[in-house]
Amino acid sequence: MTSITPIINGVAVTVEVPDRVTLADTLRDKLRLTGTHVACEHGVCGACTVIVDGLAVRSCLMLAVQADGAAITTVEGLSKNGKLSALQDAFRRHHALQCGFCTSGILTTMHALLLEEPDAGEHRIREVLSGNLCRCTGYIPIVEAVLEARAAYAQAESGA
Amino acid sequence: MNRPNAYIGSAVDRIEDERLLTGKGTYVGDLNLEHLLHAAILRSPVSHGLIRSIDVSAARALAGVRAVITANEIGDVPIIPIRQHPVPEGERFRQPVIASGKVRYVGEPVAIVVASDPAIAEDALELIVLDIEELPPLADYVTAARNECLLFEEAATNRAATFRARMGDADAAFAQADYTRKERFSVQRHTAFPMETRGLLAEWVDATGHMTLYGVTKVPFFNRRVLAQMLGIEISAVDLIEVDVGGGFGARGEFYPEDFLVPFAARYVNGNVRWIEDRREHLMAMNHAREMYAEMEIACTKEGAVVGIRGRIDIDLGAYARTNGFTTPRNVVQFVSGPYYIPNLAIDAHSFVTSKTPTGTYRGPGRYESSFFCERLLDMAATDLGIDPAAFRLKNLIREEQLPRPLATMMDLDATWQTELDNGAYPIVMQRCLDEFGWQEKIKLQGQLIDGRYHGVAVGNFVEGGAGGRSENASMTIEDDGMVTVAIGSTALGQGLKTVMSQIAADALSLPIERIRLLHGSTTLLTDGVGSFHSRATVMGGSAILLAAEALLDLVRNEVGMRLDVPAANTSFSDGKVEAAGKSFALQDFAGLSVEKTFINTKLTYSYGAHAAYVAVDAATGEVEVLDYVTVEDVGRVINPATLHGQVLGAVVQGLGSTFLEHLQYDENGQLLTGSLADYLLPTATDFPNIRSVSLGLRPCPNNPLGAKGAGEGGLIAVGGVIANAIASALRSLRVQPCDLPLSPPRLWRLIAEARSAEMSR
Repeated sequence: MTSITPIINGVAVTVEVPDRVTLADTLRDKLRLTGTHVACEHGVCGACTVIVDGLAVRSCLMLAVQADGAAITTVEGLSKNGKLSALQDAFRRHHALQCGFCTSGILTTMHALLLEEPDAGEHRIREVLSGNLCRCTGYIPIVEAVLEARAAYAQAESGA
Repeated sequence: MNRPNAYIGSAVDRIEDERLLTGKGTYVGDLNLEHLLHAAILRSPVSHGLIRSIDVSAARALAGVRAVITANEIGDVPIIPIRQHPVPEGERFRQPVIASGKVRYVGEPVAIVVASDPAIAEDALELIVLDIEELPPLADYVTAARNECLLFEEAATNRAATFRARMGDADAAFAQADYTRKERFSVQRHTAFPMETRGLLAEWVDATGHMTLYGVTKVPFFNRRVLAQMLGIEISAVDLIEVDVGGGFGARGEFYPEDFLVPFAARYVNGNVRWIEDRREHLMAMNHAREMYAEMEIACTKEGAVVGIRGRIDIDLGAYARTNGFTTPRNVVQFVSGPYYIPNLAIDAHSFVTSKTPTGTYRGPGRYESSFFCERLLDMAATDLGIDPAAFRLKNLIREEQLPRPLATMMDLDATWQTELDNGAYPIVMQRCLDEFGWQEKIKLQGQLIDGRYHGVAVGNFVEGGAGGRSENASMTIEDDGMVTVAIGSTALGQGLKTVMSQIAADALSLPIERIRLLHGSTTLLTDGVGSFHSRATVMGGSAILLAAEALLDLVRNEVGMRLDVPAANTSFSDGKVEAAGKSFALQDFAGLSVEKTFINTKLTYSYGAHAAYVAVDAATGEVEVLDYVTVEDVGRVINPATLHGQVLGAVVQGLGSTFLEHLQYDENGQLLTGSLADYLLPTATDFPNIRSVSLGLRPCPNNPLGAKGAGEGGLIAVGGVIANAIASALRSLRVQPCDLPLSPPRLWRLIAEARSAEMSR
């Protein structure tokens, strides 16, 4: 067992984890942040994506012991004060989800993208999104939602 | 009611979304009971063999292991019943819940371990010593059909069932026809692949002898009956609870071996047991679909009227006849003619058991395959006869005045197997598709080589069956807080059921949608129910809601009548207010009134429509780009255009995955070669960006009070045929005929190379 203290959604949390346990399982089973979903456990589908120190990371491929001291954002950390973020709201209005199982990982991936590149075009969005599998939507409504949400990120960046 | 249809027909935001977007969804893997134990399943590593021995002593001795269960511990091993389309000869091929004596596919459950931690349960699997004497694999239907080696000795054959569909006299029509053409086609094995793997959590309470099973969906009431019988306890001692579900597409929610093994294990250890399938398991354990090989022949007049189709389809069923294993074989023979007027049909389908994962339904079962065969034949015939492929189809589509029209008769089967197309304006919808697509302009590019790529277009038509399963239940209860609780037997697999059903209920009760509390799926909610499959939930569940609403409002009227001594008929309802004889009541004044109603319907609905595709083919690599894909369909009545649009887009992309990418491959020993996402390719966001769809409510269905037709599968059904035809058209100068799916770049490249070398030697 190793003691780690990641900062999860802005709060430092200390947990004891066995060395072989992934970050995904730790988030879900130890910290009960079950919004992070596990769908392939071999790093292909992207459902388990969380943001670690600004980077979109597959939490099924990262060991929990590697996360000591890291700043981690999960889907639970995207909305503030019970209000949907601009990205989440755009997903809702564009029906960019159906079963919702892949959605957490897509939201975190796209959030990380738009923080870095609020002017990302459709081609770039699709390129980054291609690392996440969705079986329900055919991706089209997701792309529409992300395109629309860009404005809020650009606004935030320019400090408006 | 003074606000009719305020919700039906409008793109209401999904009620489900806020929870799912904020990570508050609760899928079965998210449930957390106290004292939860974890299960892992040992699966056969060989495709066909005799179990000599299973030594579980080391696994049992591992710290943290609570139980290791094999067929020995189960005793009399239950056999899973066929839920849908059972035929007597197929009964011999049903699956036991655990292998005993023999294994018949890689992935068949052999033992289940229960431990304090999922990792320990998996560690224990590695300690089980399984001694299997290998038997010859039956890795393809051709080997199986020879019957030299039998998967089920007692059946004396590997042919599990044969379905025959007939209309008119096909042989006579072919004998007199001006034109005939025979071709071979195949569709590859692939699978539904919901993003959430399966999972179950069984809670056994010994004191009361009660079993609660979480993680079920699709058909909970049927599965409850099966489970209760297998466990030897009363139906009332079993409850199946539906939580959030990460996609189904036909494959999830059937009664699988694990649906017995996990609850059995919970009772065996007297505790709560959870099993979450991993992705490798999923690819070898959940239903596969679609693998079939066809030899089909078309007959036409020289003017281009199709007079007949006949043929034989061989189906690789996999190792067992599962709960809906015969639905696809039935559909594929019955639906070959689709929306076309083809007076003479003779199609046989033979299902063979092979030592591979069993097959079941996947969205558009048998319809995707039969549409591929039919649409390919139509384009070949049109080309041979020198007729524009669109004009050829318009000529052969069933006209509105020819409906209703029976599909081919399923031979030697009773009336419940027969069906007829209901109503529709097939040519009008196809013309709309051509117009949306810009057929007149794009057809000019047919076969053109532009910037190094060959361009091609194609169009095709489909029908989609809906509203199967004969009945559905809905209940309504007026609550103290002014809400109305609506419960339905339909289940939610991610399709937005809650939203659509709330819209229907709110309109039926003239209530704001916020005052509907919609519950679904679980066996605790209703006396009986059926579920969600066969594009049935909206039609059947929705119609049941209409019946329940009518009955509930009647109860309120009677109550008002008694309280005010006025005729009940003079009561009006609006926005939760009940008014009569100048008096006004709030709905909650009638709290406690409750009804449950059953909607019964034996007639299927048939939504229909057309797809058109425009592709560019790189002959140097075999790569195809879909430049435009347009669908237009008529679903009778649209409840929520946004959820419907999402269904269609998602279905089209699944169809494109089926057509280009997805392929479950086996080696000659029956080993699955595609057990990960590195090998099994799904569509990604960069693959198919250019899809447009239009959904219409043009001809309401005459067979249900909603006027709705089942939808959600049609976007997939025609994709294989339309894409293959577009590619054939693009490559017509090379005489390439794609007849085998998937149309992966290597496969298409090989066809092009072969066509070119044939051209050279000509």
